[in-house]
Amino acid sequence: MANSSALTFQELILRLQTFWAERGCVLQQPYDVEVGAGTMAPETFLRVLGPNPYRVAYVQPSRRPADGRYGDNPNRLYKHLQLQVILKPPPENVQELYLESLKAIGIDLRQHDIKFEEDNWEAPTLGAWGIGWQVMLDGLEITQFTYFQQCGGIDLDPISAELTYGLERITAFLQDADSIYDIVWVRDAETGREVKYREVRYQDELQFSVYNFEVADVGQAWKHLELYESECQKLIGQFNALSGSKTVSEDEWKRFPLLPAFDLCLKCSHLFNILDARGAISVTERVGVIARIRQLAVGLAKAFQAQQSAPPKAETRVGAQVPSPAGGGR
Amino acid sequence: MPDFLLEIGCEEIPARMIFDASLELEKRILDLLKSNRLQPTGEIAKTETPRRLSLFARGLPESQPDTQQQLTGPAVKVAYKDGQPTAAAQAFARKAGIDVEKLEKITTPKGEYLAATVTNKGKLARDVLAELLPKEIVALHWPKNMYWRAGKPERFVRPVRWMVALLDGEVIPLEFGGIKAGNESRGHRILGPALAKVSAPSAYIEAMRGAHVIASPDEREQRIRKALDAATRTVPGARWREDAELLKVVVNLTEWPSAILGSFDPQFLSLPEEVLVTVMRDHQKYFAVEGASKKLAPHFLAVLNTDGDPAGLIRHGNERVLRARFNDARFFWDTDQKTPLRDRVEMLKAVTFHKDLGSYADKSERMGNLAERLCQMLVNSHPKINVNAVQQAAWLAKTDLTTELVKEFTELQGIIGGLYAKAQGLTEMISDAIYDQYKPTSMDSSAPRTLEGALLSIADKADSIAGMFALGMVPSGSKDPFALRRQANGIVKTIAEKKFLLNLATLFRDAIDTYEGSEAWKKFTFRGQAYLNQVQAFFRERLEFYLRDVLGIAYDVVNATLAADSNDVVDAAARASAVAKVRPSADFEAISTSFKRMKNILRQAAESKKRVAEPPPNLSILKQQEEITLHGLIRGIAREVKVLSASRRYEQALVKISKLRSPIDAFFDKVMVMVEDEELRAQRLGLLQTLVDEFSSIADFSEIVTEKK
Repeated sequence: MANSSALTFQELILRLQTFWAERGCVLQQPYDVEVGAGTMAPETFLRVLGPNPYRVAYVQPSRRPADGRYGDNPNRLYKHLQLQVILKPPPENVQELYLESLKAIGIDLRQHDIKFEEDNWEAPTLGAWGIGWQVMLDGLEITQFTYFQQCGGIDLDPISAELTYGLERITAFLQDADSIYDIVWVRDAETGREVKYREVRYQDELQFSVYNFEVADVGQAWKHLELYESECQKLIGQFNALSGSKTVSEDEWKRFPLLPAFDLCLKCSHLFNILDARGAISVTERVGVIARIRQLAVGLAKAFQAQQSAPPKAETRVGAQVPSPAGGGR
Repeated sequence: MPDFLLEIGCEEIPARMIFDASLELEKRILDLLKSNRLQPTGEIAKTETPRRLSLFARGLPESQPDTQQQLTGPAVKVAYKDGQPTAAAQAFARKAGIDVEKLEKITTPKGEYLAATVTNKGKLARDVLAELLPKEIVALHWPKNMYWRAGKPERFVRPVRWMVALLDGEVIPLEFGGIKAGNESRGHRILGPALAKVSAPSAYIEAMRGAHVIASPDEREQRIRKALDAATRTVPGARWREDAELLKVVVNLTEWPSAILGSFDPQFLSLPEEVLVTVMRDHQKYFAVEGASKKLAPHFLAVLNTDGDPAGLIRHGNERVLRARFNDARFFWDTDQKTPLRDRVEMLKAVTFHKDLGSYADKSERMGNLAERLCQMLVNSHPKINVNAVQQAAWLAKTDLTTELVKEFTELQGIIGGLYAKAQGLTEMISDAIYDQYKPTSMDSSAPRTLEGALLSIADKADSIAGMFALGMVPSGSKDPFALRRQANGIVKTIAEKKFLLNLATLFRDAIDTYEGSEAWKKFTFRGQAYLNQVQAFFRERLEFYLRDVLGIAYDVVNATLAADSNDVVDAAARASAVAKVRPSADFEAISTSFKRMKNILRQAAESKKRVAEPPPNLSILKQQEEITLHGLIRGIAREVKVLSASRRYEQALVKISKLRSPIDAFFDKVMVMVEDEELRAQRLGLLQTLVDEFSSIADFSEIVTEKK
């Protein structure tokens, strides 16, 4: 059944990474805090803010506790891998570049049917949205293609293009596998021995499903959420106080730990997802908790954007005609 | 006279927006040509694909026609001194750009003045278009648009990547979105070629065809139909299910369409057809295939945006995707069955209906209570309604929101509940009611099949409308996020079709009552009469829409009918139909005119604070023959009208009323109402008031638009 000449899972990743690296992308490594989508990793969420051009590609494990199926469902995973590409600003030929990347992974477009179908992306908890498509290959959604318009409640300029490849799906397509667990992760060139996705990931899916649906301690999770939230809030508050002060030095400004604060916000988001999967969030609470996390994300986006510019000096604040230069740090 | 072509080349435009945008672009450009005196002399043709909006117009003037304009200068008496032009005349001639000898004299009401006829040279079409077209392009309305360029200078549905703008072979030098128009279009993304030169506007369609783009949506539709027919023929006896909406979508997703037939494992046919069709249609944009018996066949048709699938890879890929989707659906179906609907009632407490209106558990409880009251109201007219079944259905109606299948296929809410109820051994009456609870979804779609389903549907919708209105969330303009208009239309249609004797005011009083004591109740900003007035005004509009657009009754008849009463849908429909029938008669026309007159007189009397006598009239004061005759007739006819109206024989009742025509005409011919004599005037006004009061319960005849004023 499986197509043995098709790329393995890791070959797919390597080819895509190489493709985008050759086009000037920083190859980042997966962010090591749990996120529900590659968009939430700082390399997207924070980098799309502000004026500085940036190109980055990275694989990001995306964890969605409620999507877990104990390893039983051939198409659904608690944790799947996305390849996330950010092109800021998008080149004029961004769609053509994307199609070329498909050729790079062995898809002969002349043999297939490809369509760009409207699909706009929105993440209310991040105050983020964009306009775009789901890219359909022979009826299968393989990529989400988005022109970011807003992030953390901030209107973006320049706009960034975000490409999110669903790596398991694409591999299953290439290998003609009916179950994600059957896709070949690696094939030993000498012995031909194959390691399947199941071998690498099954236990992970099973145990995290058990934990997320049955075992996670609801009381503790709430406590963790509150602890992370309060520390995150505290840091945002301190930064805001700093930006209101007239005597802050360049050094004090640049070293303020907003990136760790963002990690705390991501922790909150993940804990919320666990609590949600546990069925522990009541109707009335749900809206409220989402709003709380959004507030953190929006507060951090604003703070982070401000931090990229020079600190608010008394004279520049009064004079204000000359905008402070956008410095990415020294 | 050169031909004109504009093509806006764009990244893929959402299928749902293409047609409207193309239509608007055509209108904008034609208006622009017209208002700039550049009207084309020949045909106009718009075309559109996912990547381009195009307009062709044959025979544009090279330039605007020259125009002549008369300028008025100084008065003749200051323009000449001693027969010689003064400085004022010289200055005027200079301004007008002609010799002072060529100035004319004109006579105006203010006296004799100097005038000059000047010729304004028309501008070249290409200059006008280069300047004005970008403004029309940027003004196109899109349901959702975006920025893409640095500095965010403009918004459009998706980034514009090229433009072709031609007058014959000449490029119109226009610019939009940082793109300069040229004479090179682009071909099909995959089939190419990448660039396609357009030598002249009239060569556009063929140039596109050469680049694997069928510009005309009609031609693409024909091609798709043929391809679907051909693909289906490979299965003996099979037909593809006509689906106008889906066809429109795939026409707008393709530039060079073809179709393939794929198959799925027949064992999936054990899943409900509703589920299979939703997966194919809504999620995969496939056409369903049916066998000779109209039953679903294990095949599907996919429309491709390429020229075929010789290696069968595309078919194989699509089959794989569908198999995964169907497997999911079956998995969900099996999983859901493990927790029957009745065990899901409790779970509804965790599903929000609306943040201020509580959970679906709260809503279900209210729906049950409201449905019970509705049953009581209808017990006489519809004694067969099974109250128990309605309540059971209300109790379970929303439980399917907790199922995996509905979470996956939200558009199947209700339907899935109905199917599960049936599978779990509930009676057909209950499962059908649950299945139909969201019906009718539009004025064209059918109402619930059963009385129980109809009551459940009304209770559900009335509960939502009541809660939202009490929170002050009244739809206005294009703002109707909860689709309350559609829900109200559903109520009107259902009541009308089931002939329910339901008073809307009572229904909505009951609906708001069911909220009493809840958390939501505390948040209500509108209660009592203020709430009811809003709901009634809202429903009056819905009823107007129903009578006019669904029953096809003239707007003035609708106004006349609803002015009498708008709380009883069935009655209003009967009255409106009756009025519409008798309306063409001469008698009725005359009666309408007379009622207008009566109302005018009464209004003027009220404005000037004239007294109107209470009935009965004093016959010792009324003495003219015509008024006595009229008075004598009123009671008898009014009684007959009441009897007829009670059994809704409105047409006959209206014929009776028409009999008042001659006595009323005679009255107005001979009797003066607004006489000086205060008592006599009051009595006569009283007589008119009685007429209006007695005969306005079917319709307010004064609202009927008559030929004569």
